[in-house]
Amino acid sequence: MSELLQAGTTAPEFTLQSAAGSSAGDQADHVKLSDFKGKNVILAFYPADWSSVCGDQLTLYNEVLAVFEKYNAEFLGISVDGAFCHQAFRENRNFKLTLLSDFEPKGAVAKQYGAYREKDGFTERALFVIDGKGIIRWSFLSPIEVNPGANHIIEALKEIQGEQKND
Amino acid sequence: MIDNANDLTIAVSKKDHIQGSLDAPIVLVEYGDFECVHCGRAYGILKKIQKHFGKDLAFVYRSFPLAEVHPHAQHAAEAAEAADASGKFWEYHDLLFEHQDALDDSYLVDYANELKIPENDFVAAMEKEQYADKVQDSFMGGVESGVNGTPSFFINGSRYDGDWEYEPFMEYLSSLS
Repeated sequence: MSELLQAGTTAPEFTLQSAAGSSAGDQADHVKLSDFKGKNVILAFYPADWSSVCGDQLTLYNEVLAVFEKYNAEFLGISVDGAFCHQAFRENRNFKLTLLSDFEPKGAVAKQYGAYREKDGFTERALFVIDGKGIIRWSFLSPIEVNPGANHIIEALKEIQGEQKND
Repeated sequence: MIDNANDLTIAVSKKDHIQGSLDAPIVLVEYGDFECVHCGRAYGILKKIQKHFGKDLAFVYRSFPLAEVHPHAQHAAEAAEAADASGKFWEYHDLLFEHQDALDDSYLVDYANELKIPENDFVAAMEKEQYADKVQDSFMGGVESGVNGTPSFFINGSRYDGDWEYEPFMEYLSSLS
């Protein structure tokens, strides 16, 4: 397996579908990492919609979205699930989260970030905090069965904010 | 540098809701949500664990309402604080976990009445949202400590990622004492 990208690395650009269209094949909404230049970005790769650990993890992030916003951060969840699957999952759980589909070619973005599990065909449970200049400031590979929480994301965002104050 | 530990950022103190002594060899903190069914299951398990360890275990409950998914969780957590003002936190905590399917505001008042908590004071505190900040502080303290869902447990200050079903939880806790 390739190594998880580490702090100090430029975050690879990507474009991924962010919402299902009205029917398959629609030119639906897409999100580019560079759309968020000037903002911090939290990337949360997770194995699968509907699995219990992922559900708990995303429920927590949905609950703390306002905290992320306070630190000028955009949250993007990424899995290999398709856009219609994400849509059903979001609606079922009442999530306000943005969930992106690394669906075709499958796992291509996760591979660039070193967060793909070839043998399983889904992504690792991995977190990245990227600053407004597009530099990865913190990354973390969680054991697949452990929900990593939000504390270290917030610590990384605080560190970025602290530096900006000192500029 | 960020170390990747998950430890309580707010140490257990007399300000906490605590059953047992702060000096006990095992201090078990739960971050819980009164509307969360898993916390409801943990409630019964924890009673058995407390009984088994007696004075050797102190149990602390901190609120962590997942208000986006549990519409009654925030008010239930505030109501437990209002009950605490009458010295009835734990009795109220138990009633809520025993009636998780009935947590509307009107039931919250019924439970206060059942425990002979002065209704006017209780209702006034709820209407003023007197304890909303306290609950929010508990929630944020949990987020910053690494709470990752409910229930989350911390044993002697560190997050416990193991199984909390009775037998594995007992086995782990027994290995500490």
